[in-house]
Amino acid sequence: MTDLLSKFDPLIQERENLLATGVKDPFSLVMEEVLSPTVAICNGKETILLGTYNYMGMTFDDDVRAAGIKALAEFGSGTTGSRVFNGTYSLHRDCEDALREFYAMDHAMVFSTGYQANLGIISTLAGKGDYIILDTDSHASIYDGCAMGNAEIVAFRHNDVEALEKRLKRLPAEAGKLVVLEGVYSMLGDVAPLKEMVRICKENGAMVLVDEAHSMGFIGENGRGVCEAQGVIDDVDFIIGTFSKSVGTVGGFCVSNHPKFEILRLVCRPYIFTASLPPSVMATASTSIRKLMHSGNKRAHLWENSKKLHQGLRDLGFSLGTPEAQSAIIAVIMPDLEKGAMMWQALLTEGLYVNLARPPATPANMTLLRCSLCAEHTSEQVDQILGMFEAAGKAVGAI
Amino acid sequence: MANREDIMAKICELIGPFNNKGVDLTASTTFQGDLEWDSLTVMDFVAAVEDEFDIIITMNMQAEIETVGQLADAVAKLMDS
Repeated sequence: MTDLLSKFDPLIQERENLLATGVKDPFSLVMEEVLSPTVAICNGKETILLGTYNYMGMTFDDDVRAAGIKALAEFGSGTTGSRVFNGTYSLHRDCEDALREFYAMDHAMVFSTGYQANLGIISTLAGKGDYIILDTDSHASIYDGCAMGNAEIVAFRHNDVEALEKRLKRLPAEAGKLVVLEGVYSMLGDVAPLKEMVRICKENGAMVLVDEAHSMGFIGENGRGVCEAQGVIDDVDFIIGTFSKSVGTVGGFCVSNHPKFEILRLVCRPYIFTASLPPSVMATASTSIRKLMHSGNKRAHLWENSKKLHQGLRDLGFSLGTPEAQSAIIAVIMPDLEKGAMMWQALLTEGLYVNLARPPATPANMTLLRCSLCAEHTSEQVDQILGMFEAAGKAVGAI
Repeated sequence: MANREDIMAKICELIGPFNNKGVDLTASTTFQGDLEWDSLTVMDFVAAVEDEFDIIITMNMQAEIETVGQLADAVAKLMDS
């Protein structure tokens, strides 16, 4: 018998080698208690959270939690059904209303996760004979959405406007084309040149989908994302987003002004063949989304935090993923996985949690210590974080 | 239209900067096995080939191409279509 798991032997070996150097497993951290959006107890120690994507700190908001408790009491723990059968409660409709209000768009469709939103929308929109044109640094859910469908897939170099334009011009003029972009790319925290890219897509007859997972609630005057900030939101055909970042719960969505959008509910398999989100999740999401509409002050504070951390890490001598803070993600580039894991553990010992990101999730085989800031981090916490980076960096010889 | 030998020569030229191991190139040289390219190198190389010949090699097509010779055939076909 061939052991089907033997194909993972190289990865098993790499992990064993890494753990043999004495570092803790960076991919199996347990939080014993969570005290707030920015502090948890890990290994019995109070730890500042700097790798949660909880950008707007809504997870402990009083109104959000109260709405969830009320829905849990009134509607029960789960729907046990698909959106198209018994799984649509008034709360699901209300959550879609909240999204339509937030984006000022005609249609909204809620999925059980952000991953499924990309999987479902991309695989359903682009069929046989159509083309999907995507950035090489696209999220796994975008690649998986492409793999699940029957379209022809064309990749272009990350954030390269000219590479996108050349490829669009080489495709048959009459073919259906979907260009898939992201507002903020999650590994390095860099922003896409959507203004130029969306214009080029329209000039070449392509529809545009933008994943704004890492910008919702934060970037743009109303927190609608990079396409709002760059003034092209009206030309974007579909926006994909998630509830598991700024909104502070779980779930995914697509919003659009397309007049035929509602038919997707009947043809999109990852929407149909799965149970809908629990009532409490819908109630927390709706409450959070409506509060995010009026969070200008929090957005301003999150920008201050991001800029301060970026400047501070640069001053300490760390190499960062972007020349300036472009989002609430600040990626510290480490020379290799071993050094990255050592630094990750040294930070944890100091009382700081960040994400250790490694290939193949990262571009150009980089090992990254990915920091994501929260609007609830105080300015003093950012000072503390910089002190921890200095101590850990010196301890492991990273600076 | 370019003949297959010209295409082959041009492809070998484009492989150059990515051929870190100095592998001798023939039609049967494989990208994964012989050149040991990872997916990122493949993406950069494909972009270079696409721009050189002004064609699109979709990821669906790339999945079928294992050798330098198969790539030359695919390029020739794409240039004729």
